Amino acid sequence: MAEATASAQHHAPPQSFIRKYVFSVDHKVIGKQYFALALVAVFVGMVLSWLMRVHLVWPGFAIPGLHFLSKVGAAGNVMTPEYYLSLMTMHGTLMVFFVLTNAPFAAFGNYFLPIQIGAEDMAFPRFNMMSFWTTFVAFCVLVAAFFVKDGPPISGWTAYAPLSAVGSDAGPGLGLGQTLWGLSIAIFCLASLLGSLNFIATTLDLRVKGMTLSRMPLCTWAWFITSCIALLAFAVLLPACILLVLDRTAGTSFFIPSGLVVNDNLQPHSGGSPLLWQHLFWFFGHPEVYIAILPAMGIVSHVLINSMRRPLLSHKVVIACMMTIGFLSYMVWGHHMFVSGMNPFSALVFSFPTLVITIPATIMTLIWLGSLYGSKLRINTASLYALGFISMFVSGGVSGFFLAQPSIDIYLHATYFVVGHFHMVMGVAALFGVFAGTYFWFPKMTGRMMNESLGKLHFLLTFIGTYCIFMPFHYLGMAGNVRRYSTFVADYLQPLMPVHRFITIAALVTGAAQFIFLFNLIYSRFKGAPAGDNPWEATSLEWSTSSPPPFDNFGGKHPIVYHDPYQYGVEGSKGDYIMQTSPEPEEAK
Amino acid sequence: MGKLFGVVIAVIAIASAVPIVMHTWDPPPNISTHGHAIDEQLSDTMLEAGISFLAAQLFLAFFVWKFAGRKDGAIKSFPGGARAMVIAALVLVGSEILALGVLGQKAWASVYFSPPAANALLVQAQAGQFAFYFRYPGPDGKFGVIHPDKINEGELNFFGLDPENDVEARDDIVSAELAIPSDREVHLLMHAKDVGHSFYVRELRIQQDFVPGLDLGLHFTATKPGKYEIVCTQLCGLGHYNMKAYLSVLSQGDFDEWLKQKASEQ
Repeated sequence: MAEATASAQHHAPPQSFIRKYVFSVDHKVIGKQYFALALVAVFVGMVLSWLMRVHLVWPGFAIPGLHFLSKVGAAGNVMTPEYYLSLMTMHGTLMVFFVLTNAPFAAFGNYFLPIQIGAEDMAFPRFNMMSFWTTFVAFCVLVAAFFVKDGPPISGWTAYAPLSAVGSDAGPGLGLGQTLWGLSIAIFCLASLLGSLNFIATTLDLRVKGMTLSRMPLCTWAWFITSCIALLAFAVLLPACILLVLDRTAGTSFFIPSGLVVNDNLQPHSGGSPLLWQHLFWFFGHPEVYIAILPAMGIVSHVLINSMRRPLLSHKVVIACMMTIGFLSYMVWGHHMFVSGMNPFSALVFSFPTLVITIPATIMTLIWLGSLYGSKLRINTASLYALGFISMFVSGGVSGFFLAQPSIDIYLHATYFVVGHFHMVMGVAALFGVFAGTYFWFPKMTGRMMNESLGKLHFLLTFIGTYCIFMPFHYLGMAGNVRRYSTFVADYLQPLMPVHRFITIAALVTGAAQFIFLFNLIYSRFKGAPAGDNPWEATSLEWSTSSPPPFDNFGGKHPIVYHDPYQYGVEGSKGDYIMQTSPEPEEAK
Repeated sequence: MGKLFGVVIAVIAIASAVPIVMHTWDPPPNISTHGHAIDEQLSDTMLEAGISFLAAQLFLAFFVWKFAGRKDGAIKSFPGGARAMVIAALVLVGSEILALGVLGQKAWASVYFSPPAANALLVQAQAGQFAFYFRYPGPDGKFGVIHPDKINEGELNFFGLDPENDVEARDDIVSAELAIPSDREVHLLMHAKDVGHSFYVRELRIQQDFVPGLDLGLHFTATKPGKYEIVCTQLCGLGHYNMKAYLSVLSQGDFDEWLKQKASEQ
């Protein structure tokens, strides 16, 4: 392996515990911190969903300890409607921001983007540290909402104004809890802006010799494109949240019109527009879906190529598809607002790009499928999750075709069909990407392998379980089952209760299976088999250094890149692959 | 494990399609004049999306089954390579978009792009935490002005009317139930009292948000007499789950009788 000698190190390895593990500027430590935060958030979010599912089908059931989570609404541990809505709001907010944004993008991106391009660290290591700790503050502010007097907010993760803007008159949880929500998300936006700037600068500036843009692995491309999306999306949500907090605390009226009578009180506001909030929120909100799914697509491609022992049918087409998706993601936000009261003509304008965005998504799916054909597919937990991702992405994607059409959305809008759609495509598919990444990169991050038997068991239970949970959501939606109801009192919903019971049981079992993952993670960290530098016989730069990599990633040297990222199945090579750093002549291809 | 996973995918894909093919949880029968266009659009989309779903899942299952653990032989490439995939996606999805997305906008247009008929029955719907109220203009055909400061639920003045000073408000008929005649267009004026709400009647194939500060018009024609549930579908607070009302579709004669009865109760 040829390496140039590094002229100077960016910074010396820290010695003190605090600088090493807490306020570290090392991108690898920061990546793990993001991962740990996402892990805490995902388990809290999951337990919240358990509580909701149990309440939906056994409303009178007293859940022991329920009153600990909120000061209000759990007398005798039986859940009230406002308690349900606060769980729902916190579940959505935790999952979308602190799990689906943090895990596939911030955690893995931080850890592996610099290594995959041969850099010693991010372009701005101190900014990087600030990004994580600012995110952590956002998390603490959000969780604080559990402990305030009138409980966490109840307006959902979308916080539609004026419900979220008029204050306590509109109901419990809409006082301090809602303000904390607005502040938390504003702080989160700030952290994400810092983080995405850093990702962009790092990708453009710190690539080592030979690492041209087209030689970057697909996950690096995905993180890079995602950073560009995040930079523009969070830059809009940040002011939106500030305006919301001002409406709540400073008496402004950005989102509140005149003449509202809430709880018999005439509101002292005038001139605002509830639709403005929806436009600003979804201008962020739809790109956010791709902030969650694009890194997962990149990770899945990266893992799948390694497991198939062959490159995808086209590297460049996949990159072009991801860029197209990123670009189009800004033109489709109005499909969340077909029946919101915006001009019905604009529905047609938003419908078209929404339908068109399925083209690059379909191309990517066909390329994954077509690449599987004739491959030498290695089955392990990482590749199973990557394959599972494709299945989930297809299932969640086809339901998007319904919701992209305004006329069908009239019937399906705000039903469980929508909930099933976004949980499958944004939630489960993105999490499958995270699981694939975890099982794949754990050996690099810790120097130890994860347990494969436990991994496969975890996969099978999760794959079957999530289908059992989210496929029936679509059926419920077809029957007109409205979402965000704490109890189903309407007459027409009664025949659907058996379906809900089935979903709740599936959710309890699938959730429990996640503790296998948690156990595997902790057990393998200490007792896993030693991994070696390159256990998967992979080609990209992260596998050319030790496991775990040293502080400056390549031991004081700069690797030199000679090849495209995925030289698998190369005839004439010693194994069936050539590493990017291997100086074998290009002709060997 | 590879083969097992292939089987699991295939079984899940087929099992998922069963309730759709069996029409187990279909929408309830449509009762509006525009609804059949939406239903047609829905079933066309279901057919195309269903085929795409099954094809993709079964191909995935088959390829995993066939190529998992393969050790000998060279890596083969799918005939046509990436170019074939791009062309297939463009042709397949492109034609779906043309068929459904572009030509299928009729259904949307029939709800939103035509003005209400001249003889449409005018009804105002007001949504507030957590109830709907409906108002008929009475013999003068005009609604009294809403005075937000006069809204008082305790005194049953849901719309903030001022009949002492406002002549047009005196004959307004307020009801918690929406009664309409069948086969006559209804022009619903939608007003939100406090926060966002939504008006959803499955059988009518109608869903429309109430936007605070922005009164919207919506028109539809119901064809089948009966009693249907109106539910709120926009999260509006703790009582959201319980915010519902009934829609009674009556014959013209029964409707006239109902309106007379309601007027006498005011």
